[in-house]
Amino acid sequence: MSTAEVIAETRGPVAGRRRLRTLRRSLRYGRVRVGVVLLGLVVLVALIGPLVAPHDPDAVIGLPASAPSGQFPLGTDYLGHDVLSRVLWGGRSVLWMAFSAATLGVALGAAVGLLAAYAGSIADDLLMRGMDVILAFPQIVFVLLFVSLLGPKLGLIVVLVAVAWVPQVARVVRGITSDVVQREYVESAELIGLSRWRILTREVLPNVTTPLMVEYGLRLTWSIALIAAISFLGFGIQPPNADWGLMINENRNILTLQPWPILAPAVCIGVFAIATNLIAEGIGRAIAGVDREGAVR
Amino acid sequence: MSALDVSNLRVALNPAGHEIVSDVTFSVEHGEVVGLVGESGSGKTTVALALLGHAKRGTRIAGGSVRIDGAEMLGKTAAEVRAARGSRISYVPQDPAAALNPALTLGTQLREVIDAHRQAATSREALDRIRETLREVKLPTDAPFLGRYPHQLSGGQQQRVCIAMAFLLRPPVIVLDEPTTGLDVTTQAHVLETVRELCGEHDVAAVYVSHDLAVVSSLAQHVLVMYAGRIIETGPVDRLFTRPGHPYTRRLVEAIPDIAARLALEAIPGHVPPPGRRPAGCVFAPRCAVALPSCSDAEPSLVELEPNHSVACFRVAEVASVDLKLSVLADTAVAETEPVLVVRGLSAFHGERQVVHEASLELSPGECLAIVGESGSGKTTLSRAIMGLHVPRSGDVVYAGDVLSAGVRKRSARSRRGLQYIFQSPYNALNPRRTIGEIVGLPIEHFFGLRGRATDERVHDALERVSLPPAIAAAYPDELSGGERQRVAVARALACEPSVLICDEITSALDVSVQAAIIKLLDDLRQHDGLAIVFVTHNLALVRTIADRVMVLSAGRVVESGLTPSVIGDPKHPYTRDLIADTPTLAGLTTVPGARAET
Repeated sequence: MSTAEVIAETRGPVAGRRRLRTLRRSLRYGRVRVGVVLLGLVVLVALIGPLVAPHDPDAVIGLPASAPSGQFPLGTDYLGHDVLSRVLWGGRSVLWMAFSAATLGVALGAAVGLLAAYAGSIADDLLMRGMDVILAFPQIVFVLLFVSLLGPKLGLIVVLVAVAWVPQVARVVRGITSDVVQREYVESAELIGLSRWRILTREVLPNVTTPLMVEYGLRLTWSIALIAAISFLGFGIQPPNADWGLMINENRNILTLQPWPILAPAVCIGVFAIATNLIAEGIGRAIAGVDREGAVR
Repeated sequence: MSALDVSNLRVALNPAGHEIVSDVTFSVEHGEVVGLVGESGSGKTTVALALLGHAKRGTRIAGGSVRIDGAEMLGKTAAEVRAARGSRISYVPQDPAAALNPALTLGTQLREVIDAHRQAATSREALDRIRETLREVKLPTDAPFLGRYPHQLSGGQQQRVCIAMAFLLRPPVIVLDEPTTGLDVTTQAHVLETVRELCGEHDVAAVYVSHDLAVVSSLAQHVLVMYAGRIIETGPVDRLFTRPGHPYTRRLVEAIPDIAARLALEAIPGHVPPPGRRPAGCVFAPRCAVALPSCSDAEPSLVELEPNHSVACFRVAEVASVDLKLSVLADTAVAETEPVLVVRGLSAFHGERQVVHEASLELSPGECLAIVGESGSGKTTLSRAIMGLHVPRSGDVVYAGDVLSAGVRKRSARSRRGLQYIFQSPYNALNPRRTIGEIVGLPIEHFFGLRGRATDERVHDALERVSLPPAIAAAYPDELSGGERQRVAVARALACEPSVLICDEITSALDVSVQAAIIKLLDDLRQHDGLAIVFVTHNLALVRTIADRVMVLSAGRVVESGLTPSVIGDPKHPYTRDLIADTPTLAGLTTVPGARAET
C-alpha cells in the first residue's frame, strides 16, 4: 500500500469541516437538543410575538386582575392590560439586551485575557489587577450604581452589564491562553518573526474559541438574569412598556388574585436562562470529550 | 504450573465490539522475565492492564482467561480482584510522578499497600517489611526518607518507590509497563539492574512491557512481539533478535540504531491499522514486503519454527532462512569548509543558576553535530539559546558571518530564515486549528511574500521533500500520526530554505520504525542539499548512526567532543564512558552473521 493510500485511509470523513465539529458533537447530547428547542421557542415568542398578539399591550381593555377567559387567555394584569399580549411583546427587550451585553462582554473580556496572557509580566499584572477592581463590586450593585448616576438608559445598561462580565471572561481566557502561548507552535511562529498581532489572531485565538463559546453561553444566562432583575427593580424599561422583568414587579400586589401576569413572564425568563445554560454545558462537555481523545492536548 | 497463564485473552472496544487485542496466549514461569514488545497501537499496554483484570474506560475484557498460580483473575467480583491486585499480581506504571500521590508521604503510601491487604499484624512488622523492600530497591530506609513527599525525589527514585510498592507483598507476578521510558540511560540502567535482581531473588514472574527492544533484550529471557493486537512472534531473546522469523520483527530489528556501528536504518512503510480497520487475513500483509496475495485470505496462527520459538506467518520458512539485513555504512569525512554556524563561549542562565557553561561549537555545511547528555545536562537550553528562544545568555552566536542578538525578535530575517528549529514533540509543534497547508505555507508567505497558487506549489514541494503526498495539505494535524506530524514539522522548516537545522530530540516521541524514516530523511537532506544539522539527543546509538561529530554535555559543561567513531570507540572522559556502558544494545547483535559492510 502506498503512503498516499495509507494516509487517505487514516483520514476520517471530518477533514475540512473541523470548525463545526465540536458543535456537531455537542448536539449528540440530549441536553443540548432540549436547550436548542427551548431557546428556539423563547426567541420565536419574542420575535414573532408582537405580530400575533391579539391586543395592544399598552391598552387598558379589561377589568384589572381578571382571571383567564376566552377573551383574555391569560387574564388581565393590575391595570387591565391583556397579559398574553404583554408577554408576547415583552421578550424583545430582554432578548436583545442580553445578547448584546453577553457579546460585548465576551469580546472585551477575551481581548483583555488574550493580551494579558500573551504580553505577560507588567501588562498582565496591570490588566488583571484592574479586572479585580471591577470584580470587587457585586454585579448588580455595580450596574445600579452607574444607572442611578446616569439615568435608566437601555444602551447604558447593556454596556454596564457587559463591563460587569469582562473580569470573569478575562480570567477564563487568560487561563486558557497562558497555556496556549507556551505551546511550541506559538514559539515556532515567533522563530520566523511573525508579528505579535498575527501570532495572537492566527495562532492563539483559534485555539481558545471553543472554550470561549461555553463562556458565552454562561454569560448569556447571567445577562438574562441580571437584566430581568434590573427591570424588576425599575431601572430598565419604564412603564407602560411591556417587559418580562417589569411585569413581575408591577403585578406583585395581585399575585394571590391573578398569578398569570407574574407566572408567564417568569416562566419565559426561566426557560430562556435554562436553555442557554443547557447548550453551554453541552458544548463544554463536548470540548472535554475532544480533550479526552487527545485531539487538543 | 506456570506463575502466569494467559489464554485466548480478548479485549474489545465498547460499544462497537472491535477487538483491540485478539487471542493472546502465553505463560510466564516463576523467576522468568518475559518482554512484551510492540509499537504504539499494538495493544501491549491493553494486555498488561488486562492481566490485572482491568480494562480502560470504553473497553472491556471480552474473553479468555488469566491464571496466576492456577487461580483465575478474570470474571471475579470487584472485591476479589482488589484483593488479588498488589498481593498476587502488581503493576509498575510508566510515569511514577503521576502514580504516586503528591499529598502523601512515601511511608504512608507504602503502608497503604500493607494495610489494604492486612498482611502485617503489627505496625512494627509493617515497617520492617517496608525497610527491607526499600533496601532491596537501593533506597534509604531511615525515617526522614519515609517522611518525604514524591516531589522531593528524582524520577529514578520515584520509579524505585513504585517498584518497591509492587514487590512489597511479594506477589508471584509483576507487570512493568514501560517503567524506564521517562528516565535517562544511566538511571534506566540502574533501575533495570534492580528489577533483574529482585525477580531472580524472589522467584517472581515478570512481564516487562516496552517499545524499546534493546532494553527488553537486556532484561528478558523470552520475548513476545505484538502487532495490531496479536502476538505475531514469540521466542527466546537471543534467537528472536538474531534470527527473527516474522517479517515485522525483522523490519523492527533493522530499524534500531546500534552504538557499535553506523547502520543504514530501514523504516517500515505505512501504519499500524487501528481496531476496526484491521485487514482480513494476516494483519501485517498490507505493509509486508514478502506478502503474497494469499496472505490476506486467512489469519496465520503461531507455528513452531524451532523449539520455544513460534511465528505467525505463512512464509516463515522462507523469511527465517534469509539473513537479517543490517548494512553497516562507512563513516564519511566532511570536507573542511567555511563554517555556517559558530558558537563561542555560550553560557545560559535560568534565573541565578547557570545551566550552560561556555559552550563552543562550529558547524560546516553538510555536517551533522550531535549534542548528547542526560536530562538536565543543558542540551535543550543550549539549542534554544542558539535559536534565540532562551534569552538570558552570554557569548556569541555567529550565523554566516553575522553576530546574532540574544532574542529572536531582534534578529535579522535572513538568520531567522536560515536557522531552523524542530521541536521535540510533534504533538505540540503544529497548531491544531490550522491545516497542514496553512502551517507549511505560513513561513513561505512570510519570508518570500508569495500568495495563493505560488504558495501552494511551494507547500507541495516541501511536502514532497519529506515524502508526504500533496493531498495531506488539506488535513488537520490530529488526523496524522506522530511520524507524519514530525515530517510536517521538517517540511515547515525546509520551506524556509534553511542552511542549518537544529533538531531537539525530534525522534524521542516516535516509534523506532518511524524514527528510522526521519533519520533517513535528515541524512538525505544533509548529503544532497548540504544542510548542516545539530541533532540534540540522549540516545547514543542514534548518534552513532547520524552524526559526524559529537559533543557530550554534562551538568552544562562540554566534557568531550570529537568525531563520532573516535568518541564512541575510544571515550576519554569517564562520563562519556558511563553513558556508553549504560546504553542498552540488542543482545548478540554484533555476532549476527549477516552484519556485513554495504554502502
